[in-house]
Amino acid sequence: MEIGRNSVIMLTGDYGCGKTNLAVNLALRLAEKGKTSIVDMDTVNPYFRSADFGELFSARGINAVFPQYANTNLDIPVLNFDLESVISDSDFTIIDVGGSDAGAYPVGRYESLFKSLGEKLEMLYVFNMYRLCERSADKVAETLCEIESACRLKCTGLVNNSNLGAETTPSVIAQSAEFAEKVAEKTGLPIKFTCVTENEKTDETHLPVSRLVTLPWETEREYD
Amino acid sequence: MEKVLMKGNEALAEAAMRAGCKCFFGYPITPQTEISAYLSKNMAKRGGVFLQAESEVAAINMVLGAASAGVRAMTSSSSPGISLKSEGVSYIAASDLPCVIVNVQRGGPGLGGIQPSQSDYFQATKALGHGDFKMIVYAPASVQETIDMTYLAFDSADKFRTPVMILSDGLLGQMMEPVVFPDVDVKIPDKPWACCGHENKRSHNIINSLFLQPDVLEKSVNERFERYEIIERTCKMAETDFCEDAEIVVAAFGASARVAKSAVNAARAKGIKAGLFRPQTLVPFPVEQLNKACEKAKCVLSVEMNKGQMVEDLRLALGCRLPVEFFGRHGGIIPSVKEVLGQIEQIHERIK
Repeated sequence: MEIGRNSVIMLTGDYGCGKTNLAVNLALRLAEKGKTSIVDMDTVNPYFRSADFGELFSARGINAVFPQYANTNLDIPVLNFDLESVISDSDFTIIDVGGSDAGAYPVGRYESLFKSLGEKLEMLYVFNMYRLCERSADKVAETLCEIESACRLKCTGLVNNSNLGAETTPSVIAQSAEFAEKVAEKTGLPIKFTCVTENEKTDETHLPVSRLVTLPWETEREYD
Repeated sequence: MEKVLMKGNEALAEAAMRAGCKCFFGYPITPQTEISAYLSKNMAKRGGVFLQAESEVAAINMVLGAASAGVRAMTSSSSPGISLKSEGVSYIAASDLPCVIVNVQRGGPGLGGIQPSQSDYFQATKALGHGDFKMIVYAPASVQETIDMTYLAFDSADKFRTPVMILSDGLLGQMMEPVVFPDVDVKIPDKPWACCGHENKRSHNIINSLFLQPDVLEKSVNERFERYEIIERTCKMAETDFCEDAEIVVAAFGASARVAKSAVNAARAKGIKAGLFRPQTLVPFPVEQLNKACEKAKCVLSVEMNKGQMVEDLRLALGCRLPVEFFGRHGGIIPSVKEVLGQIEQIHERIK
């Protein structure tokens, strides 16, 4: 997928489909090309979110925009940032939306801003065939509709992020190709790219993605 | 059987429905919310009832009602919400009713925090409610085990006519792992005691926890404790790793056992004879399995996400014959592998 300057990439999808992992990967990649901002717009789930990566973002010069109370013990869904200036000050803006329609409602608040972006906005719907809640193209299409309605916006494309977490292999991903085509047919949306494992040989329809959202006992491999 | 990627909370909810749970009553609280959310979307589609009660107190009493009618019923909450349910749990135990209670623990006391914790060990194992009663407590340590133990919880509850708790925590509930749902034929036993309509074919069944005569109350408690003895004898479960020659046995349950396991592996890589003891049932506590795991041990280290709770059961189970040390973090902070390894190394220096 070509990502032009001043693009805004919004990642939506059912919860657990891997939006955050993809958002962090995209931010790290785009930061090599220009001024990148990542916006954690998840007001639903307090765990495993873009805001967990604050140190990594600051080390890579990524402007990280988080809800005020993210990663505190306050379960208060407040978005207190000026999204318009974040977008206008960045070459690339990635928006990590909360899961399912419940997580997508905050996007609706910015409806007019997003509509004013025109073609600069890519609103992507991320799906993972290996999630029990996404086992049929009909189910994926149903959730997509719910999310579009919560956002008051229409998705512009799909991301096939089918994976089994730590057990993802190239063949696990390859097995999802047929399913992805069905989803594309059902929704009438193009597959913008398929996430593949790191270092895999790829063409322009593939995006190598590292598993960055990990469990606490996986993250430390150096003990000395 | 195919692999799917599930969050601990939704896996538990899905497993409950597959295990024949037909009634869920709950009240929202972080970090257990996905259980309710998942069941609110799916329970009705599968012929069950999801009801968001007006409070935790109402929810547990609805469970009492559904269980009285012989239906597999469940409620879930997180720490402060479980405290509110305690009176109802005692009534359920006293009425000899089966049900499943899920605690996706967060930090405490009080409102505490929404991050993971294991600070309800005492509450779960010693006194979730007033009076003389016990409750089987399962402590899963992975998303797969959460599924397997959900089936087991419903079966044990029916078998022993007792409330059963699944003690999860915020991390286990929120994390994702690939899992397989077991292909089992769920058999729900007959419940001739249930209040589900006598159709003029038998006398009324009565579910009751109030006894007017002291000797009748004593008799009913004694009968219940006879069942607890069977539970003691038959339900204990524990996982051990590298314990055959372990000089240091690291004991941990739930999510902290995952950290402990990585630390034990790292210690072994450094030539330290460390082992892991992980109780899968906290009630009944696997006393024999612990003593066997500690045959060669010189020291036991309890790793918990609290200020030291299971450490007391370890000392009791070992009859205080071994030193039992403690390492824990609190407030939603998960002990790191490095920290636990550091503790193991310190003990190793002292005992060699």
